[in-house]
Amino acid sequence: MRLEHWRSAMRSPVGAVAATLLAAFAVLAVIAPMIWGDAAEETEPAALSQGSSSEHLLGTDALGRDIALRVLVATRFSLGLALMATSISVVIGIILGVLPAVLGRRTGRLVVAVVNLAVAFPALLLALVFAVVFGIGSHGAVLAIGAAGAPSFARLVQTNVASVAGRDYVSAARVAGVSRLRLVVRHLLPNIGEPLVVNATVMAGTALLAFAGLSFLGLGVQPPSYDWGRLLGEGLDRIYLNPAAALAPGVAVVLAGLAFTLMGEAIAQVVGIRTGMFRTLDAAPVPVARAESAGDDDAVLVAEDLRVAFPAAGDGWTRPVDGVSLTVRRGETVGIVGESGSGKSLTALALARLTPENAAVSATRLEFAGEPLLGRSDAEVGRLLGTSLAMVFQDPMTSFNPSMRVGAQLAEVTRTHEGHSREEALERAVDRLRKVHIPVPERRARQYPHEFSGGMRQRAMIGMGLMSTPSLIIADEPTTALDVTVQRQVLRLLRDVQRDSGAAVVLISHDIAVVSQMCQRIVVMYAGRIVEELPVDQLASAAHPYTRTLFGSVPDMTTDRERPLATIPGRPPDPGARPGGCAFAPRCTFADERCAEAPELAVVGARQRAACWHPRQEPVPVTAAAETGDRI
Amino acid sequence: MTTASAPLTTARGEAALGRVSWVRNPWVVFLARRLGRLLVSVAFLVTLAFLMIHLIPGDPVRAALGISAPPELVAARQESLGLNDPIVVQYVNYVKALFSGDLGVSMTSGVAVSETIGQRLPASAGLAAGAFTVVMIVSIPLGLCMAVLTRGGRRRGTELGFTSTSAVVAAIPEFLLAVGLVFVFGVTLGWLPVAGRDGLSSYILPVLALSLGPALLMARIVRVEALSVLEQDFVRTARAKRLPHWRVYLRHVFPNALTSTLTIGGLLLSAMIVGTVLVENVFAWPGMGMTIVQSILSKDYPLVQGIVLVYGVAVLLVNLLVDLMLAVVDPRSTIREA
Ligand code: SF4
Repeated sequence: MRLEHWRSAMRSPVGAVAATLLAAFAVLAVIAPMIWGDAAEETEPAALSQGSSSEHLLGTDALGRDIALRVLVATRFSLGLALMATSISVVIGIILGVLPAVLGRRTGRLVVAVVNLAVAFPALLLALVFAVVFGIGSHGAVLAIGAAGAPSFARLVQTNVASVAGRDYVSAARVAGVSRLRLVVRHLLPNIGEPLVVNATVMAGTALLAFAGLSFLGLGVQPPSYDWGRLLGEGLDRIYLNPAAALAPGVAVVLAGLAFTLMGEAIAQVVGIRTGMFRTLDAAPVPVARAESAGDDDAVLVAEDLRVAFPAAGDGWTRPVDGVSLTVRRGETVGIVGESGSGKSLTALALARLTPENAAVSATRLEFAGEPLLGRSDAEVGRLLGTSLAMVFQDPMTSFNPSMRVGAQLAEVTRTHEGHSREEALERAVDRLRKVHIPVPERRARQYPHEFSGGMRQRAMIGMGLMSTPSLIIADEPTTALDVTVQRQVLRLLRDVQRDSGAAVVLISHDIAVVSQMCQRIVVMYAGRIVEELPVDQLASAAHPYTRTLFGSVPDMTTDRERPLATIPGRPPDPGARPGGCAFAPRCTFADERCAEAPELAVVGARQRAACWHPRQEPVPVTAAAETGDRI
Repeated sequence: MTTASAPLTTARGEAALGRVSWVRNPWVVFLARRLGRLLVSVAFLVTLAFLMIHLIPGDPVRAALGISAPPELVAARQESLGLNDPIVVQYVNYVKALFSGDLGVSMTSGVAVSETIGQRLPASAGLAAGAFTVVMIVSIPLGLCMAVLTRGGRRRGTELGFTSTSAVVAAIPEFLLAVGLVFVFGVTLGWLPVAGRDGLSSYILPVLALSLGPALLMARIVRVEALSVLEQDFVRTARAKRLPHWRVYLRHVFPNALTSTLTIGGLLLSAMIVGTVLVENVFAWPGMGMTIVQSILSKDYPLVQGIVLVYGVAVLLVNLLVDLMLAVVDPRSTIREA
């Protein structure tokens, strides 16, 4: 814990409250016994067991002693005992925690095993056992609570030690022949200090509560000494006469316990255990009223000026998708290519109305089969798209619900949208699994996703899309997470499905080779916009400088797919910090003053549009792989 | 919760079972391993209970009977408890007696410990079971609702209200809550009985005191877990299937938040079982919790030992049950991978 950590912990509201409370308790602990110590012992035979009065704010106990003063004075004993018990837990915990690292393998394991066995039992049970061993009274209780808290702290130390034990500097020290003990003291413990401090703080709160519990039961502090728990126990007997006598020490215990817990939380937050705040969306751009329709009866999907914005740090918005217009006709295959961060995946999600909760989507027009999608409730969108739009996501490993059988996940679609019975739906699921070449589909349908290989899962995902009769399949990087050989199978399947069902396909990929083999038309995205649109047979006449570099560097099946565009110097701009004008200008060899203004998509050839002030005319030096296409 | 003893027991289990084919069945391996761990834990518990008496500094019998007790009585008592035998013999006798269900005889009343426990156990078990039921019924719907309401950073006010209220209430230990409840519903309103076990209404306050904190704590955990599940890819898939919202939450989100809910639920239940000790003492509830405190105070060690064993075994059984349920609920869990 560095000093600035403490400081920023204090500055958070929670930390400030906790620190104030703790400081107040500390002051009380020091001064209360000095000022009121004697007065709290004073018995007043004339005022036994009284309720609250002007003289005794919280009344008196059975011997006529002032309860308010006794609660204040008890602060020192209550806190002191809790802190002592905590130190015992921490010391034993650290010793037990590092022992496995110091001792040899076998003995180390034994220590771990014993700690694990002890952790299984609630601390209170252990405290009761130890209270028997160490005897009734404050000493016994300190030892008992300290010992009872030790196993969980030891476990914490063990896990933390294990997490740093593999780090480089530890290995280096080990290789250098540093003794085990020194390794622990110099290299391991200092590096796990933060979680230990946090947990020791929280533990102090727990110890305080536990102590109050033991004293309340009569197993802790014995008269004539008193702590809050003791006062509480005495007060409870007379709660009908004077409730304050029971409530006041109770409140003190709760406040002190909370102060420690909150302090721990505040430190934990500063040290960086939790981060990430979401902002609300009240400033979200409103969907713009839709413009006149372009009368494209043939279109499955029409998007005009589609924008997706997220609330950014500060007050602004980042716009990863910034004005995309796209039309997909029936049965057509369109590829969207671009580097990661170009906004292509988010475009796909926005087209399907599946953007994350905090995204603001707007468009002058977004229609599916002639029906507008924006400004409708989820239920309406569900009815429109449920049976006619299928999605295939990038990572088949995480895109299936791990706790549900694959068959049931497929069957769900028609059960929901076509009102099929469980059996009917499952039958169809098995049929679709067979269609996507899953062997023994009857058995496979009863299995869980983790029993499928990656390629099989992706095929099952495609099968899921085929449960109804989709008119559009949006596949977002469907092969990126798969092995090269499996990639081909999945692509081939997608193409067969497309041919059989007549559905349109939007294939999103960073991989030109994949897209050029699958699609009729290619849409190139850069920095949230479409920079060029062209038929796949005209790749050689690409006009936009970015597209040209992209196609010029087409990888074949053996190149590293993660870095296909290494040949273009520079990196795509961050959505938060896009230059005005043409976003490609900083990387473009043809850029001039004119490019400071953003170029619009304009027709540059037959069925070809590009957003560039200086479209190229000479043919692209396309590599062999892209030309022959290595057809799938 | 995978312990270091696990590899040990598997190794032994597999060696013993040899090449029989059902050893391959992951469920059998899992159960064998898990039962092995249970046995080790029980052995640990029994040893702890046995050592408890022997670790007491000085002579436990003298401590129990007081300094003024005649030496002949002390000697006779020591003899009858077998305290004069070598410690190994005592341990063996203790374990043997346990196997035949003999927990010893109370030093103060002379009644068999098992008999006392038999009388007291139902009251405590009823309390714990009631509290656990309340926790589950309240926390899961509450946590899910909160997750749905506050997903993606919506309704910051609601979120803050819920998290801070639940944090504060969950931080109040059960016996203090109990005192507060006694004050409000017993002293001030006079609605409910505050002491003894007499009819259903007498359960209300103790069960509330036991369950309120854990219920809110659990609801927090369900919320956080559900929120993190909501971020997962397969929820997007479920949304892509255009399922009704309730179906997405109940079928896709909740089952995947169940693993940690169950794990924490088990921990809470174990803590609640032992938490009854304090709550019973607030409400003068005639269960094992009252008895153990009285017997600790009167140094009636055999009775303490017996009750500790019962609490410990209850906790271990809860752990076992949770592990089994986890194995059934989560198809990816240890069993299939074993
Ligand atoms: S507009 Fe200018 S900077 Fe942008 S691609 Fe064309 S030539 Fe390059």
